[in-house]
Amino acid sequence: MTQPAGTCPNCGAKIVFQWSSSVQTTCEYCKSILVRTDVDLKKVGEVADLPPDSSPIQIATEGNYNHRSFVAIGRIIYEYEQGNWNEWHLMLTDGTSGWLSDAQDEYAVSFTAPGRKLPDSCRVGDRFVWDNVGYEVTTITKAHYRGVQGELPFQYWDKNDVVFADLRSPSGKFATIDYSDEQPALYLGESVEFEALNLKNLRAFEGWS
Amino acid sequence: MSTGGPTPPGKPQAHALNCPGCGAALTVRSFNNAVTIVCDSCHSILDAKDPNLKILQQFKAATGKDRLVIPLGTRGKIRGIDYEVIGFERRTIHVEGVAYSWHEYVLFNPYKGFRYLTEYDGHWNDCSTLKALPEIVSFSSPPKVKYLGETYKHFQTARASTSFVLGEFPWQVRVGESVEVSDYVSPPRVLSSEQTGNEVIWSMGEYMLGKDVWKAFRLPGSPPVAVGVYENQPSPRSGEAKSIWRTFAFFLLALVILMIGFDLAASKDQVFTGYYRFDSNKRGEASFVTDDFEVKGHASNVELTTSTDVNNRWIYLNYALINEATGQAFDFGREVSYYHGYDSDGSWSEGSANDTVAVPRVPPGRYYLRVEPEGDVGNGTTYYTITIKRDVPQYSFYGIALGALLLPAIVFSWRALSFEHLRWAESDHPVITSGDDE
Repeated sequence: MTQPAGTCPNCGAKIVFQWSSSVQTTCEYCKSILVRTDVDLKKVGEVADLPPDSSPIQIATEGNYNHRSFVAIGRIIYEYEQGNWNEWHLMLTDGTSGWLSDAQDEYAVSFTAPGRKLPDSCRVGDRFVWDNVGYEVTTITKAHYRGVQGELPFQYWDKNDVVFADLRSPSGKFATIDYSDEQPALYLGESVEFEALNLKNLRAFEGWS
Repeated sequence: MSTGGPTPPGKPQAHALNCPGCGAALTVRSFNNAVTIVCDSCHSILDAKDPNLKILQQFKAATGKDRLVIPLGTRGKIRGIDYEVIGFERRTIHVEGVAYSWHEYVLFNPYKGFRYLTEYDGHWNDCSTLKALPEIVSFSSPPKVKYLGETYKHFQTARASTSFVLGEFPWQVRVGESVEVSDYVSPPRVLSSEQTGNEVIWSMGEYMLGKDVWKAFRLPGSPPVAVGVYENQPSPRSGEAKSIWRTFAFFLLALVILMIGFDLAASKDQVFTGYYRFDSNKRGEASFVTDDFEVKGHASNVELTTSTDVNNRWIYLNYALINEATGQAFDFGREVSYYHGYDSDGSWSEGSANDTVAVPRVPPGRYYLRVEPEGDVGNGTTYYTITIKRDVPQYSFYGIALGALLLPAIVFSWRALSFEHLRWAESDHPVITSGDDE
């Protein structure tokens, strides 16, 4: 699946895409944000230094979800008043893309769920039903786009403040409404235990094994 | 399939910093997860997200009041996973003007995240945040919530304020800040909801014995004795009561089977009957012997019934059941009296005109009965029938056995109930709504 996609227009380094549908990536050397066009790669911006983070996950971490294996190929980092969290972009073996969010070591896997009716805004305690699952808004997070790394399924590099509504269900299902674009976007998934993901190629922490 | 870049991030490590308030050394143990750090020398609350560790708040700490029984930096194993104690806080609620405080220890593992240990009066709970959302059970009083198929009863809702902090926290912490905390219990578990403006956080605690905490963190000495009954403390009595009622049911069944079996096996043969009269006004020898009769089969009990027509009178009968062949005699006396009438409380009666007595283990053979009636002069004539049956089941034995079985079951149930009473006495609902109906 690995396919060469040319060289970095900024520094000339070789750029490789893991996932054929990736729209955006970052140059590992010069931190340029590159967007794939029909002909070549276009530099659209540059990533400032990524904030120090403590996610045990990193680019190339592998794991399993619902009998499918995945690899983390990119991420978006957000900052909010309680620190920062990562939305890891996963490439699954069947070619779909998903997200593994890690907020202070609380993990959830979700997938984009287009075509559902979404509220223009919501408050904690509001309830919604999607795909016959009842969800309740448990957290509204005002976050701040902080940086990107690796491959993403869409262009994402010039955001500023974003609002997320997190919802949970009695059965452990998890939903996020992303209000960062004009049209809200829905992601559906579930909370997962760290052990259940069977992760390999994790970061090491000094003094911990 | 590694995409590891040429500039791999270094291993995150616990780093040392200095408190901008007093210059004392600080250790950050949860890497970049720390949101707030508290200096343990000057009690400055610092913004861990700020490179200069901006001081957010300073508070005066009453020393000696909050002894950390598990020092910061201690590692222990909870459910097989290593955790390090990184933070400590005291939280306080006020109920009817009385302050109640408990301690919370923040535990951290860089992969598994955060966990909390709470301690109140020697009672411990192992807590973690919930992955799913509990459902409120509508129209229940006291309120109930359901989580993963289990029902939890509302215990208490109170405003909990943070009254002392030390170490580091994965959230913004300030002394004096308060949130509304509601506890729902289903021993040994408790669900707690903490509500702030734009967030509801649910967590689950599971009751932990002090000695298990000591073992997990290899603490010296022994844990303080737990005082009273805690909200989600599993009742040692409820299990006992349940098992004793199970035992009771088992024995009761055995007893009923025995009773039916013996009843069916008993022959209940009538071996003799005779009809007599006694005139107490007549002087002279009243005693007589009956015709002889056969008592067959194996040695068994013999039941003698005296049916009389006494009415506000009495008769006393001296009996001797005598074996013709051996002369062995079974002597016994029976008083038969029956009185009744009316008084200010209405009608009353005492005694009975009939009497039954069992003579145990009578060997087979030919027998006769010697009877000697007695009565008050003036009682007049009493007519009576004597009936003798052999091998008659005795039910009083079953009654005694039932009582002997029931007594411990009742005692244990009562103890279980009083444990529940103590538990709920501290709640918002100090009436027992149910015992063990879940």
